[in-house]
Amino acid sequence: MGGWAIAVHGGAGVDPNLPLHRQEEAKQLLTRCLNLGISALNSNLPAIDVVELIVRELETDPLFNSGRGSALTEKGTVEMEASIMDGPKRRCGAVSGLTTVKNPVSLARLVMEKSPHSYLAFSGAEDFARQQGVEVVDNEYFITPENVGMLKLAKEANAILFDYRIPNGCETTCGANVESPLHMNGLPISVYAPETVGCVVVDREGRCAAATSTGGLMNKMAGRIGDSPLIGSGTYACDLCGVSCTGEGEAIIRATLAREVAAVMEYKGLGLQEAVDFCIKTRLDDGKAGLIAVSKNGEVAYGFNCNGMFRGCATENGFMEVGIWE
Amino acid sequence: MGWAIAVHGGAGDISRSLPHDRRQPREEALRHCLQIGVEALESNLPPLDVVELVVRELENIPHFNAGRGSVLTSEGTVEMEASIMDGNTMRCGAVSGLTTVVNAVSLARLVMEKTPHIYLAFDGAEQFAREQIHLHCRIFQGVEIVDSSHFITPENVERLKLAKEANRVQIDYNAQPIQNDTKKEKPCANGDSQIGTVGCVAVDSHGNLASATSTGGLVNKMSGRIGDTPVIGAGTYANELCAVSATGKGESIIRGTVARDVAALMEFKGLSLKEAADCVVHERTPKGTVGLIAVSAAGEVVMSFNTTGMFRGFATEDGYSEVAIWSDAQVE
Repeated sequence: MGGWAIAVHGGAGVDPNLPLHRQEEAKQLLTRCLNLGISALNSNLPAIDVVELIVRELETDPLFNSGRGSALTEKGTVEMEASIMDGPKRRCGAVSGLTTVKNPVSLARLVMEKSPHSYLAFSGAEDFARQQGVEVVDNEYFITPENVGMLKLAKEANAILFDYRIPNGCETTCGANVESPLHMNGLPISVYAPETVGCVVVDREGRCAAATSTGGLMNKMAGRIGDSPLIGSGTYACDLCGVSCTGEGEAIIRATLAREVAAVMEYKGLGLQEAVDFCIKTRLDDGKAGLIAVSKNGEVAYGFNCNGMFRGCATENGFMEVGIWE
Repeated sequence: MGWAIAVHGGAGDISRSLPHDRRQPREEALRHCLQIGVEALESNLPPLDVVELVVRELENIPHFNAGRGSVLTSEGTVEMEASIMDGNTMRCGAVSGLTTVVNAVSLARLVMEKTPHIYLAFDGAEQFAREQIHLHCRIFQGVEIVDSSHFITPENVERLKLAKEANRVQIDYNAQPIQNDTKKEKPCANGDSQIGTVGCVAVDSHGNLASATSTGGLVNKMSGRIGDTPVIGAGTYANELCAVSATGKGESIIRGTVARDVAALMEFKGLSLKEAADCVVHERTPKGTVGLIAVSAAGEVVMSFNTTGMFRGFATEDGYSEVAIWSDAQVE
């Protein structure tokens, strides 16, 4: 093969009762992002620039759980995190605990390129943002009315649930059974808001890159860090591939999921789709998650073990697909 | 096959001319901590408890860069981080940005056991510590809070001063090699300012594995900088095959997913513990950046580093034990 390939995601674990108009909105956003990425790749923009560009687009749009539209902490505030990784030299950058930075993925990139470190968080990251002159706004900018409502529901759900980590063993079928909603991380999926965003790209030179961004878990404890900013868990890129994950952060961290895909390719010689399938099937135990991946050969793949994942992919030979369900 | 335990007090450019009064207290401390771990394993304490116990001890000793004795940020403060992982269940806990919690590793364990999360940082982590203590008592499950001046030692104030003068962090990273080359770390003014992290890995005679790592981070680091220590898969990892704790240059360990890779090589390429550790340290990370300790479910121990030295020690149930600083020592 060869040629460029791109995939984007807006989160794994989808409310089976998601209204059709919301599904449409999501598909339109994913399509728009894909098209943006496609023109960038056709103009030979390097993979690392493309993933940043696309994730910025996803952060700016309030639809998914990143940047504007982020899930809220238990205090009703937004704390965002992101990471980015450049395959060729495995350079990486990550940020956590951002409250005023408009595009977390871009700050992650600056950490990678303009700081002596790989990962900056909370007020240190915010200070760095100001030093670098990135765009900052009030925390309110990121907060949407929907998420304020979700937080309220999440808090109510907490009042009933004894322990987050004991998931309600519920079955769900698409569109039916409103009384037993799907749960993730102990919360009803409709309030869990797992919609982390991400993008993986391989360009025409065979360079892979990956980036992931999120507001994290609805009603999370202040200071909680998930998988998205952790290199090897939520994001990974090397010579062989680029991977971005989404879903139950704790499960993704335990599985070091993004690195796992690359490791089985490298150490077991699996192909991209095989590697993705292997990891989704065997590395997640009870955890619900999904991921997108590209290989240096221009392939694209995705996988998830829950009922849906907002995703889109395209390759240079004209293939393009946007989907939500299985 | 019996139990095995290894500890480290940091890998780096440890000059062989390290003065006796800098060397001896650390060797003594490693022996002491190792002994604590050995006694715990001999009384059948689970490895998860053993690694926490030993790392607490290392944190309390001011000679190492963790807990008391942590290196200082560019602002002259401490920001401590740690992680812990249980090989059987793969449960893990991590904390960053602590300024008043006496034992970061114990807070990491509390995050693992008492919250739905894995990783808490900065104000949120400090607040969690306070809540737990408030709910229970002054010290709860080993979590205690003190004024942050408790952690600051005169040596580290001096290290920070020297680092600022040499602008060390700037120099090292602006000259950052862009290839996986063999460029060595530059020696520092006082010879041991590269001291990293502390860590412990343990396996009992049933093959239960655990790992824990703790640090104050990098001298003169930017406030808010997180290294490899609290990143599961980078500084700490444990599963059913092995338990690993890494130390050295955080950025290299993160990029190299060092702790995870040792286990991955064993699992996916069938390498032995020693082969896997050597591969990661000598072939997959730049010289002068990484050291690690690891134990396998079969009771093997390996301590591997590509830096000048690594403060370390290990003991096995058959009675063998050793504390060392320089030259690669492995158990056959």
